[in-house]
Amino acid sequence: MSTDLFGRDLVVLNLGLGGFAEAIEGADATAVDIDWRPPAGGSAEVGAALAETINRPEIERANETAFARYHAANPVLRGVGRALDVLPGMGERTILHAGPPVEWAEMCGPMQGAVLGAILFEGWAEDLDAARAVADSGEITFDPCHHHDAVGPMSGVTCPSMPMWIVDNTAGGNTAYSSLNEGLGKVLRFGANSPDVIERLGWMRAGLADVLSRALDTHGPFELKPLIAQALHMGDEVHNRNVAASSLLFKRLLPSALRSGAPTDEVARAFEFIAGNDHFFVNLSMAAAKVMLDAATGVANSSMVTVMARNGVRFGIRMSGTGDRWFTTEAPIVDGLYFSGFTRDDAARDIGDSAITETAGLGGFAMAAAPAIVQFVGGNPSQAIAASREMRSITIGENSAFTLPILDFAATPAGIDVRKVVDTGILPIINTGIAHKDAGVGQIGAGITTAPLACFTQAVAALRAGLGDG
Amino acid sequence: MMFETLVRPNFYRDSVALMRLAADLEALPGIEQASAIMATEANLAMLAETGAAPDAITAGPNDLLVVVTGADETSLAAALEHAAARLDGEVPKAPLGGSEAPRRPRSLVEAAAMTPAATLALISCPGEYAAAEAMKALRLGLDTMIFSDNVSLDDEVALKTLAEAEGRLVMGPDCGTAIINGVPLGFANIVRRGPVGIIAASGTGLQQVACLLDRFAVGISQAIGTGGRDLSDAVGGTTMLSAIDALSEDPETKRLVLISKPPGKAVAARVIERAGRAGKPVVVAFIGSEPPAEAPANVTFAATLEETATLAAGAEALPSATDAATIADLAAGFAAGQRRLVGLYSGGTFSAETKVIAKPVLGDIRSNEGSDAGRHVVLDLGDDVFTRGRPHPMINFGIRTEHIRAAAENEATAVVLLDVVLGRGAHPDPAGVLVPAIEEAGAIAKSNGRHLVFVGFICGTEADPQRLSAQEAVLARAGMVLEPSNAAAVGTAIRILQETHR
Repeated sequence: MSTDLFGRDLVVLNLGLGGFAEAIEGADATAVDIDWRPPAGGSAEVGAALAETINRPEIERANETAFARYHAANPVLRGVGRALDVLPGMGERTILHAGPPVEWAEMCGPMQGAVLGAILFEGWAEDLDAARAVADSGEITFDPCHHHDAVGPMSGVTCPSMPMWIVDNTAGGNTAYSSLNEGLGKVLRFGANSPDVIERLGWMRAGLADVLSRALDTHGPFELKPLIAQALHMGDEVHNRNVAASSLLFKRLLPSALRSGAPTDEVARAFEFIAGNDHFFVNLSMAAAKVMLDAATGVANSSMVTVMARNGVRFGIRMSGTGDRWFTTEAPIVDGLYFSGFTRDDAARDIGDSAITETAGLGGFAMAAAPAIVQFVGGNPSQAIAASREMRSITIGENSAFTLPILDFAATPAGIDVRKVVDTGILPIINTGIAHKDAGVGQIGAGITTAPLACFTQAVAALRAGLGDG
Repeated sequence: MMFETLVRPNFYRDSVALMRLAADLEALPGIEQASAIMATEANLAMLAETGAAPDAITAGPNDLLVVVTGADETSLAAALEHAAARLDGEVPKAPLGGSEAPRRPRSLVEAAAMTPAATLALISCPGEYAAAEAMKALRLGLDTMIFSDNVSLDDEVALKTLAEAEGRLVMGPDCGTAIINGVPLGFANIVRRGPVGIIAASGTGLQQVACLLDRFAVGISQAIGTGGRDLSDAVGGTTMLSAIDALSEDPETKRLVLISKPPGKAVAARVIERAGRAGKPVVVAFIGSEPPAEAPANVTFAATLEETATLAAGAEALPSATDAATIADLAAGFAAGQRRLVGLYSGGTFSAETKVIAKPVLGDIRSNEGSDAGRHVVLDLGDDVFTRGRPHPMINFGIRTEHIRAAAENEATAVVLLDVVLGRGAHPDPAGVLVPAIEEAGAIAKSNGRHLVFVGFICGTEADPQRLSAQEAVLARAGMVLEPSNAAAVGTAIRILQETHR
């Protein structure tokens, strides 16, 4: 077998000196000049491993399977249940947190603050000193939310008696969970643990959970994809902007809540709370993203990213082909816009499971849907459009359920391929809030950050090693 | 009237998009009516009013429903196929972001995905990354030219082994020039197309033969570079062997030319054996090695690049442009003690060829700068020893002008031999930068009561950006003796030196 180069029109992919492409075009042939830079941040070793993974039938097939499972996933909101009752593997003395595993002693300020709050909330201690002693004692199991099919924003702290959204993937049979959103200001997820915070959590566990639970029982399960798709057309990207989605959820649930037999004043209080929190939906969009991506996990040799998550110390990703394995590196400090009175020096490192939305093709990947918030996150609309476009270079496909009006209704790029990240050097963008590094101060800014390359180079090395022929 | 329906469960599009879809479907041939709706009760009721609602629709408020009515099944099926493609984002496919220019691809993988018709990857990134990029290109099913140098021998062997298994061609690493389907790649001359296929492990060798053939009005079918190490024992001639096979099968190629420095012994035998099975005449130029005692009938051997071109063209050897009287004139001007030949080359194969031709006549020739200033010297200024990180002397003439000055200051120097390479990628005006250096050298010699002769040749064509005749005119005006080829230039230089010593 020899080359068929001579029998066909010459079409050259030019990588390196741009002048060569011009010369080829000058000779009336076609040249595509690649906007190239050294892959893997210049590491020749990872670059060589990457080259071995290109166009491998076993990887391409695995990615097709993983992406198809993600794409076919149908997140359906079923109800609200207690963490201890519904989360797989949840223990009576377990506290879950965002991101990859982290020990109590290593946790950042906001996460420690949230853990102390959770201990008070569960009644395992009377005051903060006692709560700290409990945390220090080693009697509590700390575990990532992701190890229990769950996700949590910011510190992600989730404890046994908390109410959880329950979202089923009716196309795949898996289920994902997330806590209920507390609103902005002094809230547990930013590490606040004052009595008013604990009191609010108490009401959410009792009143809010009851109303939502009864409303959903009355309404019956409903699909979240169409609601998210509609919200994207209304200016949300369902990570940092959830105004439309929260309103749609409100509209959807209120009649059923009123019909459910729940006390009217409790219904009113619950829906006043929802109406007053433009981010109420974000925990649901996270659970929907989680259930879609969990459907894609565990496909041998797949290079599709199924998790991106941060614990305020480490940034971690998971890849479908390597299942539950984390690839972690130091979490970045977010270069964003800070509220007046705060600077970068006040910021905690990147934190939260909410990057699951970007992993699922939402959030920063759907930035072009949300021109209203691009200034808030440090850009202008054309940058937002460029960001959504650029993510196409690192994704396996598009989610045709989610479309972007400003981009001619193009589908959002989805299914991050670790190979493409390492090859192009284009890092997944993440829209994110910025927490104060001290517990309880709360959100001090917001911005766009990127997932660190080191996680992806580790994943590529593991992908290469898993091929087993070298 | 017939109905067909398409239901996309759990699939949302807003009403404006759906109305446009319906309008587009109605415009398709054979379609009378089309509806595209979210299947809410209200929408289904409206659909029923149009009379276009099939009886049993199992679609709910979260499901997207398309209904088309028309006269025949084929039209209905085509319309639903169009609808499905539109819903899947297939049409319109890219221009994401409306009017914005399409993005440049950021990797070979992306470029290949955007360009399904791609046939060749041309890689000229820094050498440390070139092997990985070439590996990707091969894995993507592309033939590959690696212009980059500094690729390890192990990587070269690995790439060529993979290419051989995949039926792909790897030109390089360190392949400076090629002409594929008439398109110059890398540094290349603009030559006419024709029946001769060249396969060369030497960039300048390839360029010289292609240009001389052009001078004979004979064109090139393909010119394939293999990289300088291809015919070493370590690499085994993989690319040259594959290229011989490919050109043997190529109907446009009527004759083959193979060019290399002396190959490894086993490799030489394999290449000649393969050439013997080409089914076409093959001219082999292993510059500096003796032809084997026995060879296949269709294979002939040439000693120089010029002879290679004349054999491949079926032409007469080129006459020297310099007559005996001129030779005598030039030689008469030398001072006593001027007896030395200084070859200052930008092309490695040219300098090697010069040594092969001149050594039997002139005796020992140094190929580096030594202390014995009185001996003949032929330098390959493109060698790393001289460039030391500076641009190649075909692009930057600084190295060469320094050596020309040094040669002029040496009282034994009589004849300076130069190559001038034209073509895409070469210096835009070599004559323009050489003339001041020649004039300065002449002045240095003159002030010392000496006289210098510059002999050279131009590797180029009329179609090259620098234009052969324009460059010749400028150099001739500066007094340079010009020959059509390196072999001829060396011959003339030798005649002048011999005349001097008579």
